[in-house]
Amino acid sequence: MRSDRNGKAPLGLKIAAAGGLLFLHLPILLIFVYAFTTEDKSYQWPPPGLTLKWLAVTWNRPDVWQALGLSVRVAAISTALALVLGTLCAAAVSRTKFFGRETVSLLVILPIALPGIITGIALRSAFSLADIPYSFWTIVLGHATFCVVVVYNNAVARFRRTSGSLIEASMDLGADGFQTFRHVVLPNIGTALLAGGMLAFALSFDEVIVTTFTAGQQTTLPIWMLEELVRPRQRPVTNVVAMVVVLVTFLPILAAYYLTRDGDRIAGSGK
Amino acid sequence: MQTAVAFSQVSRHFGPVRAVDGVDLKIAEGEFFAMLGPSGSGKTTCLRLIAGFEQPTAGHIEIFGETAEGVPPYRRNVNTVFQDYALFPHLSVADNVAYGPMIRGVAKAERMKAAEEALALVQLPGYGARQPGQLSGGQRQRVALARALVNKPKVLLLDEPLGALDLKLREQMQEELKTLQRSLGITFVFVTHDQGEALSMADRVAVFNEGKIMQVGAPEEIYRAPRSRFVADFVGSSNILPPETVERFAGKRAWASLRPESIRLATAGGHAATVLGHSYLGAATRLSVDMDGQRLTLLLPAGATVPATGSQAAIEWNGDDLHLMEDGQ
Amino acid sequence: MTAAEPVILPGRGGLFGTLSDVLWRNPRLTLLLMLAPPLLWLGIIYLGSLFALLAQSFFSIDEFSGLIRYEWTLKTYAELLRPSNLDIIVRTVTMAAAVTLASAVVAFPIAYYAARYARGKWKAFFYLGAMLPLWSSYLVKIYAWKLILAKEGILTWIFAKLHLTPVLEAWLSIPVIGGNSLSVSYTGTFIVFVYVWLPYMILPTQAALERVPDSMLEASSDLGGSPAQTFRHVLLPLALPGIIAGSIFTFSLTLGDYIIPQIIGSSRLFIGQAVYAHQGTAGNIPLAAAFTVVPIVIMGLYLWMAKRQGAFDAL
Repeated sequence: MRSDRNGKAPLGLKIAAAGGLLFLHLPILLIFVYAFTTEDKSYQWPPPGLTLKWLAVTWNRPDVWQALGLSVRVAAISTALALVLGTLCAAAVSRTKFFGRETVSLLVILPIALPGIITGIALRSAFSLADIPYSFWTIVLGHATFCVVVVYNNAVARFRRTSGSLIEASMDLGADGFQTFRHVVLPNIGTALLAGGMLAFALSFDEVIVTTFTAGQQTTLPIWMLEELVRPRQRPVTNVVAMVVVLVTFLPILAAYYLTRDGDRIAGSGK
Repeated sequence: MQTAVAFSQVSRHFGPVRAVDGVDLKIAEGEFFAMLGPSGSGKTTCLRLIAGFEQPTAGHIEIFGETAEGVPPYRRNVNTVFQDYALFPHLSVADNVAYGPMIRGVAKAERMKAAEEALALVQLPGYGARQPGQLSGGQRQRVALARALVNKPKVLLLDEPLGALDLKLREQMQEELKTLQRSLGITFVFVTHDQGEALSMADRVAVFNEGKIMQVGAPEEIYRAPRSRFVADFVGSSNILPPETVERFAGKRAWASLRPESIRLATAGGHAATVLGHSYLGAATRLSVDMDGQRLTLLLPAGATVPATGSQAAIEWNGDDLHLMEDGQ
Repeated sequence: MTAAEPVILPGRGGLFGTLSDVLWRNPRLTLLLMLAPPLLWLGIIYLGSLFALLAQSFFSIDEFSGLIRYEWTLKTYAELLRPSNLDIIVRTVTMAAAVTLASAVVAFPIAYYAARYARGKWKAFFYLGAMLPLWSSYLVKIYAWKLILAKEGILTWIFAKLHLTPVLEAWLSIPVIGGNSLSVSYTGTFIVFVYVWLPYMILPTQAALERVPDSMLEASSDLGGSPAQTFRHVLLPLALPGIIAGSIFTFSLTLGDYIIPQIIGSSRLFIGQAVYAHQGTAGNIPLAAAFTVVPIVIMGLYLWMAKRQGAFDAL
């Protein structure tokens, strides 16, 4: 243990760590193989043959495009709302000391700390109590609620790292509150907000548990996939959609990582 | 001469903490004024009251005759050099310096020219294109100075400006700041906990303790005639003699301060003392002795013969170097 | 310096200038304006719905008409304690505990290696290695396991290639944890749960391990501790808050999930599925609400214990 930092890891540890990482990543890689299989009636391994035809078939499926469009619109609006709410909350909590800061933090984290099904059914029963018909906006309402925490976590971490005297320096040099926000605060927390926004987008884009309760008859991409998972009808199209979803979600996560890597970490434990 | 900053009965309380407690203060225009004190003594809060980051709980503050309470920092023609410099990390050095003019709406070419001039003033010509992260501590300090001076403030506030620099650089910057202040004629108010810095740079010094000003005066005055035990002890090191001891020498019962460098080894006569130990300081040797149960420290100039530990020595001082204090605190 | 320059400058005027002055003079108003939108949103939309839901668990369903009777009663909670419902609760909690334990065991070597051996590029590699699966699509992850665990899938094929098919069959013939194929067994459900929640365990454990100073481990070996003793008496206790923080996620997420056991597993219900079924086809919102109280109470107790262990500092 003495030479822990510089020494070599025991072989057993290396194998266990490598095994764990393979366990995490191999299943996702498998999706990429299945997207090209010629088999369309079962999940047969090894694939009897490889083909590109399912890419074209999926491309021409209007239901997939519709679900994708709805998911993108929901994620975009929810992210925008979460950005505003999360940044305001983070600024208030980290810039001012006031009674009840802890409570505010807890309130922000709660929608993600409690199982999604609770958030989902609570919203659903509230909609029915208040006679609100299901719509695009009921989905957004749910998504924005749990997306706030991701933006909040990223913004709080960056605010903590940004020296408070920068704001004072700006005011000292003649900038009022709005000018300071525009010229000093925003440029300094910008990348953290971008990262938080991307993660919020990824979170909303992928959400299914709350959405099943708030969507009514609308089909987001995850709901489309869930239907396929429960009652597989078009395996090859599902394979291709799964592969595209993996590719599309990796990009914002990688980007968010590079935007925030010096210093604060992506507040991932808040998913 | 006009009064630059005037505090009358100013207090700033944070809950039960009296950070500043009934301070009266007048700083003259063009003065280099130091606020000296240990941490938590209220000196920085006073600076922040002038800058406008804090508002007084009670009392009245005037800057050049105008009421300052309720005026936000961005409307005061007063600028600050922050302890951590607070350079904007997302802006280049030139854009940092030109920030004030940019906010005031000065055209780009003009403000860049002003920034370059301010940088030249602090001996950093041609550094405008760099990023703050690429500069050394001393250079950042100069940029912070340029960023404040470019606005031609009526009062420049400096919060522990040299605290983060190493000794050599600090001495050099002390000289430069002084020269700069003389040539610009701007009122400088600076906060420090380093008594050497306060004494060497300032025209006048205010010594703070527990939210109150203990003494205000020129450095020589503060050093030679401390009014209280706190000031005697905090400004330089001093032998503080209790009233019983003082009565024997001065015939008056009062606390007194006797500076170590005022005491010398007597060639004839003097007071008998036992040498407890000594340490070599380079420019001088510090000797501690016991005189009838009173422990004293004295500084011997370099080259003087140092008596051995445990030996007997005779010490003496000039009568007027024994400074009687008004107040036993 | 021109003495004529004023020391107090006029405000910049205009809407923003005036507003800025007002906000600066009233820091409390500023704080209120910043907090109002998020707090109103979360307070009204989220907490409001949550309390409305909990309130409904104190109503009951009329057995004849199937309509909700809006009278305060504990009848629904009595119904919750029926053996068939208790079964569901016990099954879910057992699964959550097993999943948490397994995640901790699998996550520890990864977190340990990443925290104490990986440097530079490898550090980023390990971090992203836990981060990418955490953020990649939940449904795609489940779908991948549906492919793997299918009777005609890759796992069966691997067992066949290794001539281990009898082992797999013997496992599947064990009652309770076995089944027709892995994808309809508790074993399958368990594997997928561990897989999906594993990153939530790795990240806090790694964070806790990173905070253990080298000097402390050196002190232990300096005092004569063998590597095993150092691990047991110094490292593990210091990493425990991180593991507990991770377990909050694995435990809570397993308790509330209804999609994984629906897609991969036997037909016996978990809490999440019961909630889903009662609120949906059965229309028994009071019972569904009472069911959601179970994970809330369990998580409340769990969080209370975790807090006493100092797990929140490791989040």
